[in-house]
Amino acid sequence: MHGMTLARMARALRAREFSSEELVRHLLARIERLDGKLNSFITVTGDAALEAARAADQALAAGRGGALAGVPIAHKDIFCTAGVKTSCGSRMLDNFVSPYDATVVERLREAGVVMLGKTNMDEFAMGSSNETSFYGPVRNPWDLGRVPGGSSGGSAAAVAARLAPAATGTDTGGSIRQPAALAGITGIKPTYGRVSRYGMIAFASSLDQAGVLTQTAEDAALLLTAICGHDPRDSTSVDVPVPDYAAGLGESLQGLKIGLVEEFMDQGLDPANAAAVQEAVKVLEGLGASVQRVSLPNIGLSVPTYYVVAPAECSSNLSRFDGVRFGYRAKAPTDLEDLYKRSRGEGFGAEVKRRIMTGTYVLSAGYYDAYYLKAQRVRQLIAADFRRAFEKVDVIVGPTSPTPAFELGAKVDDPVTMYLNDIYTIGVNLAGLPGLSAPCGFVEGLPVGLQVVGRAFDEGRILNVAHRFQQETDWHARAPGGAFA
Amino acid sequence: MKLTRDEVESIAHLARLEISGDEAPTYVDNLSRIIDFVQQLEQCDTEGVTPMAHPLNMTQPLRPDAVTETDRRALYQQNAQAVEAGLYLVPRVIE
Repeated sequence: MHGMTLARMARALRAREFSSEELVRHLLARIERLDGKLNSFITVTGDAALEAARAADQALAAGRGGALAGVPIAHKDIFCTAGVKTSCGSRMLDNFVSPYDATVVERLREAGVVMLGKTNMDEFAMGSSNETSFYGPVRNPWDLGRVPGGSSGGSAAAVAARLAPAATGTDTGGSIRQPAALAGITGIKPTYGRVSRYGMIAFASSLDQAGVLTQTAEDAALLLTAICGHDPRDSTSVDVPVPDYAAGLGESLQGLKIGLVEEFMDQGLDPANAAAVQEAVKVLEGLGASVQRVSLPNIGLSVPTYYVVAPAECSSNLSRFDGVRFGYRAKAPTDLEDLYKRSRGEGFGAEVKRRIMTGTYVLSAGYYDAYYLKAQRVRQLIAADFRRAFEKVDVIVGPTSPTPAFELGAKVDDPVTMYLNDIYTIGVNLAGLPGLSAPCGFVEGLPVGLQVVGRAFDEGRILNVAHRFQQETDWHARAPGGAFA
Repeated sequence: MKLTRDEVESIAHLARLEISGDEAPTYVDNLSRIIDFVQQLEQCDTEGVTPMAHPLNMTQPLRPDAVTETDRRALYQQNAQAVEAGLYLVPRVIE
């Protein structure tokens, strides 16, 4: 059962080939048996999952179940889940039981989706390797000595190892797409504002966006249709109609105009990785698409721009963790300042502290214009580059990550080297555009991803490009062997 | 740009973060590298460019000024370490 795609599971449940309870029991047993190797879950909600599965089975038996009834999923531990620990990968929230559900969680629950548990992640979604989690690193099921990417590393590893058919994630600078690429699965970050951020613990509010990690573009389409849409509880949520993404799949790519970014051709891309991307482009050409070069002249500044804007927003967002109302509190504080400083000093890990301090510095008196305002101007130029490119082409295609999964510990000592992992993904967040990663080959036994970026609100088109690609190739169907088979 | 230890300690104070003496040199080194890295932005000519305030250049919506939330203080305070009579307790501030 566990090897099935989410779409296949949903069909089997509706056809009563097996019950949701049987499916959930099977996956819970797999998590119990295998997750010791991966560390992809922080919390497993077994009893609640079985209860929800039985309710879904009753609904299906009564003919009331929707398209996703009884389908299991895991949620990144950044999404608030009522009555369930929501840690955000941090000691700061190790004791936090959310009093409410995030909109994403609520909408999926209402669609009959069963939550298996909460997945591991980089602390407060700050990281590209899932090594900054308070709960320890997640391992990549393709090679247990390597990282799964981050920050949605637990979600990526769990889906790749077939412990769950799909998982939610969030993407501020590549945190869905990069781990999807490194784990050999599909991951989509919708347009900024497409999915409500209500109940999603904030990192950088002008960049954060929720999405999903799945085996296939079809699975992603099914889930996105359920989670996208306006939510008055998030003031940046946009009121734009949501199409049925799954119904739009399968359209011909005849006449589709694909752009390849000139500036990405010479930015330290692994040659074998580049070859896999070129092969993928040929497949799309074979399906009727035409290819041309496009230029994003300022894209080379996207990583430094991000590392001003994101830490600035992080330093503001994370000021709420003060040791008073919720979260970690230092023992025996001598005064209020000591309470704040030690609660935050002890509750946050090193990467979070680095980012808070970077953000505090770039926003401080005398530096605001030179760093923060400058970065917001460059961000405008980067977004304008994308707009110009999308006057010529329908989608932009390229690599997701410069290299396949790297070894645990390889980059932890140098934050700037770690930051450069997101060189291809970060610009998409700065411009607020939708992007996905789909598996497009292997380099020395490790999966690599193809990134497809679209115009704002053009999720349907990029999903269709990935879907048509997946009908022609089987990279997405490959799963790690050995214990995970 | 090399930040000094004093500068880093001052930033940590502004952010209300306790940094131990052992950790300080690492943060001095890391933050100096990060600031060096983001200084590339200086090369970019941004004369006349409006700073971006929203990725899709949208403005904040308004809603009617009506009460929509109910009082759930008791539920929320279950996550606090120290409360009494509905109040959050902190160390004495006024002697």
